[in-house]
Amino acid sequence: MPKDSGIGASPKRREDVRFLTGAGNYTDDINVNGQAYVHFLRSDVAHAAIRGIDTSAAETMPGVVRVFTGADFEGVGGMPCGWQVTDRHGNPMQEPPHPILAQGKVRHVGDPIAAVVADTYEQARDAAEAIDVDLEDLPAVVDMKSALAEGAPKLHDDLTSNLCYDWVLGETDDALVDKAFAEADHVTTLELTNQRLVANPMEPRVAVGTYERGTEDYTLYTTSQNPHVIRLLMCAFVLGLPEHKVRVVAPDVGGGFGTKIFHYAEEAFCTFAAKACNRPVKWTSSRTEAFMSDAHGRDHVTKIELAMDKDNNFTALRTNTLANMGAYLSTFSSSVPTWLHGTLMAGNYKTPCIQVNVKAVFTSTVPVDAYRGAGRPEATFQIERVIDMAARERGVDPIALRRQNFITEFPYDTPVALTYDTGDYNGTMDKLEAAADIAGFAARRAESEKHGKLRGLGINSYIEACGIAPSNIVGMLGARAGLYDAATVRVNATGSISVMVGAHSHGQGHETAFPQVVAEMIGIDESQIEIVHGDTSKIPFGMGTYGSRSLAVCGSAMVRATEKVINKAKKIAAHLMEASDADIELKDGVFSVAGTDKSVAWGDVTLTAYVPHNFPLEEIEPGLEETAFYDPANFTYPAGAYACEVEVDPETGKVTIERFSAADDFGNIVNPMIVDGQVHGGIGQGIGQALLEGCVYDENGQLLSGSYMDYAMPRADDVPFYTVDHSSQTPCTHNPLGVKGCGEAGAIGSPPSVVNAVIDALQSGGNEVAHIDMPLSPARVWQAMNG
Amino acid sequence: MPQVSMTVNGKATSGDVEGRTLLSSYLRDHLGLTGTHVGCDTSQCGACVVHVDGEAVKACTIFALEAEGAEVATIEGQANADGSLNVIQQAFQDHHGLQCGFCTPGMVMSAAALLKDNPKPSEAEVRAYLEGNICRCTGYHNIVKAILAASGQDVGAIAAE
Repeated sequence: MPKDSGIGASPKRREDVRFLTGAGNYTDDINVNGQAYVHFLRSDVAHAAIRGIDTSAAETMPGVVRVFTGADFEGVGGMPCGWQVTDRHGNPMQEPPHPILAQGKVRHVGDPIAAVVADTYEQARDAAEAIDVDLEDLPAVVDMKSALAEGAPKLHDDLTSNLCYDWVLGETDDALVDKAFAEADHVTTLELTNQRLVANPMEPRVAVGTYERGTEDYTLYTTSQNPHVIRLLMCAFVLGLPEHKVRVVAPDVGGGFGTKIFHYAEEAFCTFAAKACNRPVKWTSSRTEAFMSDAHGRDHVTKIELAMDKDNNFTALRTNTLANMGAYLSTFSSSVPTWLHGTLMAGNYKTPCIQVNVKAVFTSTVPVDAYRGAGRPEATFQIERVIDMAARERGVDPIALRRQNFITEFPYDTPVALTYDTGDYNGTMDKLEAAADIAGFAARRAESEKHGKLRGLGINSYIEACGIAPSNIVGMLGARAGLYDAATVRVNATGSISVMVGAHSHGQGHETAFPQVVAEMIGIDESQIEIVHGDTSKIPFGMGTYGSRSLAVCGSAMVRATEKVINKAKKIAAHLMEASDADIELKDGVFSVAGTDKSVAWGDVTLTAYVPHNFPLEEIEPGLEETAFYDPANFTYPAGAYACEVEVDPETGKVTIERFSAADDFGNIVNPMIVDGQVHGGIGQGIGQALLEGCVYDENGQLLSGSYMDYAMPRADDVPFYTVDHSSQTPCTHNPLGVKGCGEAGAIGSPPSVVNAVIDALQSGGNEVAHIDMPLSPARVWQAMNG
Repeated sequence: MPQVSMTVNGKATSGDVEGRTLLSSYLRDHLGLTGTHVGCDTSQCGACVVHVDGEAVKACTIFALEAEGAEVATIEGQANADGSLNVIQQAFQDHHGLQCGFCTPGMVMSAAALLKDNPKPSEAEVRAYLEGNICRCTGYHNIVKAILAASGQDVGAIAAE
């Protein structure tokens, strides 16, 4: 029987009511008395020297408060990068400055040159058109190979080249890797592109900065996944403000998918300008601006080689990847192709020898950073595509080949720096085979063929590393941040509870799921517990939500803090019942003395904590509030297997997703409804990447996909109903809930199965196409079929 | 500045607007009805769908002045008189048809317009109708399911949720 409350139940989401009635409070819904509006004048060319900016005409336009240029920010820090990667020779990556407004040069279409603050948006926009910018065009560097070529135009004059770093992981001895390949019975080689994507949360970014002259307090309202991180970066590295005088609020946030992790120039600008103009300053991104200023995702070009012995055991894997950084280093950009990608190249397989080579490259494009999955989709796509290709080359069943090479014993130390704690890859594959009715595929293919359609089945496995940690290890790897999280459990006198959490909910349903855990631990009704998040003035600290970390990391902090609360409450209960702490049991919100009929209710104990007339004051303090910081011992390792069935119209190349099935192992699950929803959404984005989406620049660095007119977002009729199975569960061994994280799995696991299915369909029609780069648009598929 | 008057959720409203002021801006900035969201500049995303004289309209595609004298309905006016969720809103909550909630007002308003014209749509009809509403969170699974459920159809057989 499904539970109706606590861990494992699926209560309706409490946040839904406000969202369904128009009562949400998103950042653009926040207006501060007296606010002015900023419009950014952005570069319309990819690379140019700024010879002069004449703002005089704009300054006299109606309503204009002030016009800012890069010169106004010369004494101010630039946007920082939070992860220093060390290259294969032990040298730090090249790290160019990233000013709030362009100084000397513009380096991508959308780079902000000037900012107009005015009484209304319309006035700010009108005045921006009156700014005269003298730009001297410089050659754009768009393609990564060209950017690395000898004599290529340099994007950053102070750097030695456009190479950010050249990095290696795994077996660093080239001779040993060469030997493994030389001794192989078969080598499969695949060159592929993991195309540039735009995250596109439906809510565009917004920032509202305020400054109180009397108290010198700043407040920044912003669309962020991690308000404390924004406050720390902005105060310590950009504006040099005292952290205790700055409050950052991320209220209801309309989706993040990674792109709202990063500290953006517009946030620092609005905070800075609020003081400079002595007025609150608001910025609301248009979608067009979002395409040219939100950090993009993916954009890897890779050659992968897989070596196998005569029995089809994987013996070695080598990859060479060019990773696009864009024009500047966004907050966590450098970590994505390295520690979030290279470390996943073992996949679910016991390949003994792995070498990962990554060159990160600066180009005249929007900065690239983490987007749902962040490095792990890129790793999974390569591995699962090359295995599929190997299975075809060897004439073996792709599922059997995977099963043969699965890691089956845990813990497992990979050759690329991770220790997988638990997993059951055969178990999830079994679930998938049932959920996807793989046995019935042949009949469905025959049916499709009757209608003149080619039908294909694609499957893949995946593994991801979530809840990136522990802090001391990531610090050694170059992270300039800790990756713990924090929670405060504040019990009120009447027994209700506010839990202040460092995680941020922007669609994940924390306000519903987190109380389930606390309610289960104490045995009170979930409605007595509220979750507070998204405001640095209310929560102790928090690293925020990304990398599927909320429950695994912040949820663990919440459990620890709740345990502390329960321990203290037991002491109070023991005092009230004149018993020993050790004999106190807590069940269903009632404390009792073991072996007796004495009991005292939760509410009586909490009231006593705040009205301590009969209280062990010599032993403990009054009140009932505890905080815990939790720094995980390891990553968590969700894993699973996905299957996609497509029909391809041989006349047009149009691909239709007919069936999509997912079997994931997320360890223990707190709210199955929310977990299923997270997987659905990830699959939707993965299908988008596989079939529809692509951010395209021309050779001059012009952004060709700058709106929803030309960037194909998945619509309801591009996707089917999905079948998801989460019954294979190997709990995480090192966090108190045994949870692994589910937010990114769908986006990581789904692109390879879609592409594998299309290749299968085409080959079933006698077409020997080995690979097509995403997105598999009708034009690309038709071209592949018709040479 | 010209003045515009219209009825919004049953209440008479009026305001001074620029000729270029969009209906979405009038609702959000002049009336404070911030449930109508703006997610794009090109009338693709559908987060701003409202009803103008009973028809679903993207509020970012028409000027406020074009709605002069119209009856406009927004998400704020959709709940039942006692404040409880209406059938469509309730179906979205029951079936987890929303995550971040940003596209939700437009989805609910579009669903209402669909079900008014087509009370028992097929899955394909629902999906086709939502062509103009983009959701980035849900993969559409639970949105389509919620709309089918709101139409009174049995969704129990739909692939595991």
